[in-house]
Amino acid sequence: MMQPEEIFEYVKEEFGEEGFSFSSGDIGDSWIQVEAGMIKTVSKFLRDDPKMRFNTLMCLSGVHYPKEEELGVTYNLHSTELKQTVALKVRVPIENPNVPSIEAIWKTADWHEREAYDMVGLIFEDHPNHKRILLPDDWEGHPLRKDYVQQDFYRGITTGA
Amino acid sequence: MGMLDKKYHDSNIIIVGLESALNWARKNSLWYEQFGLACCAIEMMATAASRYDFDRFGIIPRSSPRQADVMIVAGTVTMKMASRILRLYEQMSEPRYVISMGSCSNCGGPYWEHGYHVLKGVDKVVPVDVYVPGCPPRPEALLEGFLKLQEKITGETIIEKSENVSKKEQTNDAT
Repeated sequence: MMQPEEIFEYVKEEFGEEGFSFSSGDIGDSWIQVEAGMIKTVSKFLRDDPKMRFNTLMCLSGVHYPKEEELGVTYNLHSTELKQTVALKVRVPIENPNVPSIEAIWKTADWHEREAYDMVGLIFEDHPNHKRILLPDDWEGHPLRKDYVQQDFYRGITTGA
Repeated sequence: MGMLDKKYHDSNIIIVGLESALNWARKNSLWYEQFGLACCAIEMMATAASRYDFDRFGIIPRSSPRQADVMIVAGTVTMKMASRILRLYEQMSEPRYVISMGSCSNCGGPYWEHGYHVLKGVDKVVPVDVYVPGCPPRPEALLEGFLKLQEKITGETIIEKSENVSKKEQTNDAT
């Protein structure tokens, strides 16, 4: 079992310093910040390396950071074999919120990525079924963005009181 | 029939108003379209089960709107569901009734302000006859709703109101 900081050092040995940083976090768990372009290779490494063995994606969440005008994805990984846990974070600019899909690495990500697209409007490249999961396909906007304004009518039916 | 047993023989004729006979028959066979959308559906199932036993009022669940007299909208109506509800309502044959069960379908319930995905009352898409309050309403409350609907049906008439008739006659004369 390795602590997140040790995992970060181990990953850094493999990929080098470029595109990584470690945050211990004042509150809650620490995480490893990863550049969007690298998330797929890093994920694959974390899943397959004999010292990592992260075979479970516990959660994938979309986040809106209004001050920074950025969107983010948080990946919570767990290894049932080695009993270790780590969190990864990715940030992308809001005008161009493209993140490579990791659906091919953990199947759990399929619906989670669709939810993140539905709620905050992240776009996952190479996702096999990239559409909304909860709201209707013709809905306007992404409701969990902080600046979300609800449409007045949906198919002629009022959304207000 | 217990009370009437052996009281009538040979010619079984009972004299009764057509309207009250029709209404009596209609109000005692209210087949409902099941519309379980959320937790209210659990209470609706409890009402239909043996302890509260809907069936003793002749209230039987149907899975097709074409066989149903009344639609119980039991639960949260999302915007996605609203157009489907309207379509199912249109598939019911007349006379048709709607019971709105629980706070969500009455007015949006806990989603009334920030629920971007919830219709603020099912009466925005279909006309509602009886509102049953509660979150969720107890089976007794839903039964009370049905009793209210029975009252409403008892008061209905198949005869056109006299003023409407006279108006029609006038237009007929004119043409």
